This record gives sequence, C-alpha cells and structure tokens, in this order.
Amino acid sequence: MTGALLTATGVTKRYAGIVALAKVDLEVRAGELVSVIGPNGAGKSTLFDCLTGVQRPDSGNVVFDGRDVDRMRPAARARAGMARTFQRIELFGGMTVLDHLLVADRARTRRGGLFTDILTGTKPSGVELARCRVVLRLLGLEEWAERPAESLSLGKGRLVELARALMCEPKLLFLDEPSSGLDRRETDEMGEALLRVQAERGLAVLLIEHDVPLVQRLAERIYVLDYGELLASGPTAKVLADQKVRVAYLGASS
Amino acid sequence: MQLLEYAIRGIPTGCVFALLAVGLVLTYKTSGVFNLAYAGQAYVSAIVYYELRKELEWPLIPAGVVAILVVAPLIGLLLERVLFRYLRSAGAMAKLVTSLGLLIAIPEIAKLIFGSETRRNPPPLWWVRRTDEWLWPEGATFVLDAGQVATIVSTVVVVIALVVLFRSTNLGLRMRAVVESPRLAELSGVDSERVSMAAWMLSSVLAGLAGVLIAPLFASLNPFDLFTLLVAALAATVFGGLTSIPLTFLGGILLGVLQAVLAGTLPTDSVLTNGLRPSLPFVVLFLLLLFRPGLRSTKEVTDPLATVDAPPPPPVVRSRPPWMTTGSRVFGTVVAVLALAACWFVLDSYWLGLTVSGVVLSIIMMSLIVVVGMGGMLSLCQAALAAIGAFATAQIVSATGAPVLLALVAGVIAAAAVGALLAIPVVRLDGVYLALATLAFALMFQSIFVPLSWVSGGAVPISVPRPVIGPIDLSDDRYFLVFAVICATVTALIVIRLREGTTGRFLQALQTSDVAAASIGISGSRSRVVAFAIAAGIAGFGGGMAAIDLGQASYEASFPYLIGLVWVALLVSSGARSIQAAVMSGLFFFLFPALLDRLFRFPSNWAESNPDAPSWVNSIADAVQPTWAQSVAFILFGIGAITYAKHPEGSIEAQTTASVNSIVRRVEARNERRALEAERVPT
Repeated sequence: MTGALLTATGVTKRYAGIVALAKVDLEVRAGELVSVIGPNGAGKSTLFDCLTGVQRPDSGNVVFDGRDVDRMRPAARARAGMARTFQRIELFGGMTVLDHLLVADRARTRRGGLFTDILTGTKPSGVELARCRVVLRLLGLEEWAERPAESLSLGKGRLVELARALMCEPKLLFLDEPSSGLDRRETDEMGEALLRVQAERGLAVLLIEHDVPLVQRLAERIYVLDYGELLASGPTAKVLADQKVRVAYLGASS
Repeated sequence: MQLLEYAIRGIPTGCVFALLAVGLVLTYKTSGVFNLAYAGQAYVSAIVYYELRKELEWPLIPAGVVAILVVAPLIGLLLERVLFRYLRSAGAMAKLVTSLGLLIAIPEIAKLIFGSETRRNPPPLWWVRRTDEWLWPEGATFVLDAGQVATIVSTVVVVIALVVLFRSTNLGLRMRAVVESPRLAELSGVDSERVSMAAWMLSSVLAGLAGVLIAPLFASLNPFDLFTLLVAALAATVFGGLTSIPLTFLGGILLGVLQAVLAGTLPTDSVLTNGLRPSLPFVVLFLLLLFRPGLRSTKEVTDPLATVDAPPPPPVVRSRPPWMTTGSRVFGTVVAVLALAACWFVLDSYWLGLTVSGVVLSIIMMSLIVVVGMGGMLSLCQAALAAIGAFATAQIVSATGAPVLLALVAGVIAAAAVGALLAIPVVRLDGVYLALATLAFALMFQSIFVPLSWVSGGAVPISVPRPVIGPIDLSDDRYFLVFAVICATVTALIVIRLREGTTGRFLQALQTSDVAAASIGISGSRSRVVAFAIAAGIAGFGGGMAAIDLGQASYEASFPYLIGLVWVALLVSSGARSIQAAVMSGLFFFLFPALLDRLFRFPSNWAESNPDAPSWVNSIADAVQPTWAQSVAFILFGIGAITYAKHPEGSIEAQTTASVNSIVRRVEARNERRALEAERVPT
C-alpha cells in the first residue's frame, strides 16, 4: 500500500493565550475519505487553515506527499496538490461558473502569463473547455455554466467551489462543512456528488462536517476534535459508538 | 540640551499634525470614510474666517463661531444628507473615491463663491499675534506665536473631549455601532441616520477648527498646502491604527518633535537632506504603512449585511448579444477614423494641441485600468510614475543624444522597474492602506526626488525633441497626433489582451477573494506586482509621450500629484475597466476646460466685437470670470467621482448597459410581435 499522503504531527495553534489546537496528529492516506468532526469552536477550521497554509501553526509539522510543506504559502501548497472549499463560501465576483473552472485550470496548467497574453490574447482553448465540461458534468452543473456566480443558490455555490477545487486536479481535497447552510435534499445531493467524485477520481478527501448521517455515509475514518484536542480517532462506526465522543459531541447522556 | 530645545520647538507643529489626524480618525471611526476631503472642508472654514476677519473686520469671537460652529457643521450636514448617507454600506474603495472627488470639487466651489484672489497672511484664531507681546514663558529662548498657542490649547481640549465621548457616552457607542453595520445598528433600535448626521457635523467642526488654526502657518491661504499637511498628518493617523485617538495624538506630537529635531541636526548643505526635511512625514507615513505591526490584520470596516445588496450587473461585453459587439466595434472604428480625419483637416493649432495631449493622457489612463480596474489597487501615484518615464526619456536624450523613441523605451523600462520595486512592499497592503502608501510615495517623489538634478534636471526642465521617423517629422502636430493615436491603440490592445487573458482572470479572481485564489494556486502578491509594474510601464510610456508632446519633461506642467488624483477620479467615474472610458477621460481632461473657457469668454468677446451690443451682454461679460472655466471643470470632475459609489462600473459602462438593455428589449418585443403575427396568419 502507499504510505500516508498527509501527515500532521503535533500541530499547535494559540490565539492570545487560548489554545485553539493542542498537539494534533492526523494522517490521510492516498484515496481515502477521512472526516474531522467536533462541536463549534473545537478548532476544526483552524486545523484546516494550518494544514492548507492559511495560518502558520505555532509548532508542529506538516508533511504532504513526501514533502515538508511547513514553509510553503497557501498558493504553493495548492500547486503541490491540496485543494479546498470554504465554510463561508468564497466565489469570485463578476465571473460565470465556467470562468471559475477556467481560472482554476489556468492556475494549474500555468498557460498564459504576461508575454503570452500580450502576444496572443490567450482565449480559452477547446481542450481547456473540454476539461471544464467534464467536471461540470460530474457535478451536474452543465446548465449553470454561463450563469454569474452571484446569482447561484448556496447549494449550487458550494458545488461550484467543489468543481473549482477539482479543476486543480488535487491529490487531497479539503472540504470545510460542505453541507452547512444546505437543506436535507441539497445535503443529499452534495453527498451524492462527493461519492461520484471519489469513485471517479480516487482522490483523498479530508472532510469537516457537522452532519453525522453524511459523515457516516461517506467517511472511512474520523477524527474527533474537542477544545483543540484530539478526543478520539479510528474507523467511523467505532468512534461514533464511543461513549466519550457521544458525551462531548452528540450530547447524549446515556 | 540643544536637542531638548529642538524637541520642544516641535510640539506646536506636532499639535497641528495631531489635530488634523484626530479629525480624520474621528471621521473614519464614525462614518467609515477615510475622508481625504477633510482638507477641503478645513479650507472652506479658513476662507470664511479670513473673509469675516480681514474683509468684513468682524471681531474674533463671532467670526470664529460663524466659521467653525456654523459653516463647518452645515457643510458636514450637507455632505451627510446628500452623499454619505447613501454610502454607508458601500465598500471602502467607493468611499475613498467619493472623498477624492470632494477633495477636488470643494475648494473649487469655494473659489467660485468667494473669488479666487490670493489671500495673504491668514489671521490667527487668537487675540495677539506673538507671545512676545504677551511674554510667555518669561525669559524663554523662543516664543510661541498666537496660532501655536491656540493650536496647542485646542488640540488638548479636542483630544480629551473625544476620548470622553468614545469611552463613556452613549452617543460614542452608537457611533461605533453605526460604522460597524448601519443596518444591524438599525435593527437593534439605533436611529443610524441621526447618529451619522451628528458624527458628520462633529467631524466637520473639527475640520473647520483645524483649517482656521492652521491657516496662519502659511503665507497665503491655499487648499493644496492644507492637503499636503493633511497627508503628513496621515502618518499620525496610521500610528494610531486609524482608530485610537490617544495614540494618534501621541503620533502627531512625536512626528512634530522628530521633524524639529531632524531640522536642527541634519546638515543643511546637501540637496538630499534639504529635500528630506519637509518630506519626513511622508517617509514616516510610508514606512509606518509597511512596517507597523497589526496594521495588516486590522480588517477594513465592512458591513456584515453587505451581501444583502444586489450583486453588480455583469459587464456589458458579457451580456450583450455577439452581433451587437461586432456592430459596436465596427461603429467605434468608423467614428475614430472620422474623428481623426476631422482633427487632421479642420482643427486649428490650439485645439489640435489639446487633442494630442488628450490622446497622450489616455495612455496614462490605460495604466490606471490595469492597476485600478483590473488589479483592484487604488494607486494614487500614477502621475509620479509617468513623471519617471518622462524624466528618464529626457535625461537619456540629453545625456547620450540617443534617438528619442529609443530613450522612450528606456523610460518605459525605468518606470516599470520603479513600479515593481514599489509594488513589492506595497501590494501586501489592501484597500485604503495601499492608496495611502502610493499617495505617500507620490509626495516623497515630489519633495525628495523631483528637485534633484539627476532626476528632473533641476529648476529648468530638460527639453525633449520630437522624433523624426524616416521622412516624417513629428514636429507637425498633425503627424504627432497620428503617432499618438497609434501608440494609444497599441497600448489599448495590450491592455485588452491582458484583461481577457490569464493575467486578467487571475487578477479578477484575486479582487474578490484572496483566500479562494490562493486555494487554487494563484499567488496574490506575484500577480499584483506584475500588474503594478505593467501599469507603471504604461504610465511611464504615457509620461514620456507627454514630455515629447510638450517638448520638455516638466513636473510642474504635467505631473503634480494633485493632477494625478484628478486623473484617478475621472477614470474611475467613467469606467475603471474600459478602454473607451480611458480615451474619453483623457480627451475630456484637456478639451472640457477649454470648451468651458470658450463658453465663458463668449459674452465678453461678443461685447468687444459689437460695440452696439445690448447692455445685458456687457453685464454678463463683467460677471463671468474666465477663471471659472478651470473651477467648473474640476467641480464636475469631482462630482463625477462621487457617482462612482452608485455606479462602480463607471458612468460610460452604466450608459452602455442601459442602452444595450433597451435595444435588446426592443428587439425581443419586435420578435415577439412577429411571432404572434406569424401565428395569426394561418388561422
């Protein structure tokens, strides 16, 4: 078997005296879907930010794909194969859905650039459009391609974020609460889309999620965070059955 | 001991900085507007006070009350009611551009009302002129003059009052809530309109007070001196992190002391230190913006409910049908060719010269498209970068005798290089801070570098000859016009290709979401540095062309930083992303004042040529001043910038969108009608 794709050891982050993350260890192997759960304020998003480089951890070490990425900026980590979505949706203004995919594709292929732009204009090529269409079809966004991103519902917006992340052809996909703000039907759609993506692309996914049924359906293993500490980790069913976890997270008293 | 004396001497100046800076912080805290027009408001009160004291010889107290406590709050009220009320949820950029427009318009309006003659020796806001009439401190080695005493007293009173207001009154708390989110504040029962009105009146009173107090520092009353002083005071504002009034006060005092100590200790025989002394505040401002810890993490004031607003309309190029795009391109080309032909055959040398200048300026405007429209960075130093291009071109021609066009290329490279160097630290800043840093750079350039002879050639501008291309001598304005149009067209094509290509897409992504752009591997700083450097290169190109057009590289004539601010206002109000807007605003800048001038001279010309003209013509001729043309033009430019908040896409783009929509609607209606008729026929 291949070794770990992402290994985080002892990741610690403090904000003005508050410990947001305390020595968190985490591992994701190629092709598996792992979930991080925990109550609000447990440090899940901070963990994501530390792993993707948006924030610098105070101590700890992150190795991705055999490379030490501690000193790499978010953009460099993205080029190394990490892609992510955001809990508070982050789409580009004034761009259509297709534009979102195109710009991500360009960021990956590095086609164009100053002098190429000036000399040729770098219009979207047929190959690029075809690549975009594949992802649009995978996520059922084809008929929305020409719509401006601002006009989309939250559920469609989250799918666009996912599509944009997929255009980077990542090795590891970070999903930050993809179901937050969605209703049951939209959440199910999102779950379907994720399963399709995983089946087709075989990439590893690290998922932050509140929706326990969704996590049960998708994740092979889970990590439980509480007050910045790792409370439990292991196969999904086993961890969810754990009494400690039930008390901290699910609020079950018995 | 000597040092201490220098330091004490700096305190009155420090108070001047502090007073201005505290006023700015107050406006920012209470309205979210970083109000550059503060200098304009201060100027109006200073003029009113001058007129009342010197022309009408009012006593001190009534004159002060009218200027500071009546006129100033009325201006504040007016600005709030007609303008800033509608901007409370607008972005920081829109607010900044609006204040830029006011900065341009307000002093010109004041000139129209009160006349534009020079006002020498503004009167102090104190009874006696100097303390040696009044001796305090007794036997001291230096004396304070009346203005300084008044400034120190007022500053201390104002700072204490404001700290009390914000720390412990209900009004202060509500003001803070309203800035954070006017809509949220209203939902929790705060009447945000009244609070906002109170805040504007209060900050306007402070502006008036500052204006009246500071005016005696200068030999004559001039809005530009006030604005330059305001930019200096910005250093104190940034020291206070734009929000802390006590820290701002401390920053102002420190700045004054530092300036006085340096003035006393720096050698006086070097051009560099002579330039450094007056520009110290700008250097401090620039360094503070780059290095003050915590500044980058202070988020700009943004309304949490801002997303409730409808999204901006998509650019018209995207929404209109393709046939219309082709049609308008063909039409545009035809119009441009016809216009060029008309210029060639019809215009006299005066209008031809202005048109050439306008076309050249449109190249500089295109540099603003790249940096402001595409890059989302409100650069206020494009005029300085253009000047660098002009100086480099001129220096190379005069030093080496190289062909002018070759020197122009070198000028472009020089400007792009300076732009890149400037961009590397500056692009990390966002929004207002970037605008301030570029403004500080523009002022540093003006006061440190422009006087140096290896930069500008010293007091006498270096002349630049018109090039000769093969058999064509471009000294003829008509040939130079064609050359300028070709240059502008090439620049436009480059800008369009960048905008539609990968560079433009990346910048567009970065403009709306930095984190999302990073998440797909786009490095923000790299893309922005590239955009800034390209824009600098284009500005340098335009600057070099302007020097060739004028026959000399003159900073005073072509590139003062305030003119640069007018350019920004003009471009963003007509459309920060559109080539059409760049060309129109470039031409407009030169042609519009000239047209107004003709209009205002018309009655007197008529009266002169017809001795038997009716008497009312003569009375109009007497009333209309030729100086009005420039004022009215600048007022309209400023008002144009104010419309930016309503139409961030620009007035030209807004017009085009409106007309495209109406055409599309008509075509659809016609098609529907035809479809209906077609259905009816068979039955």
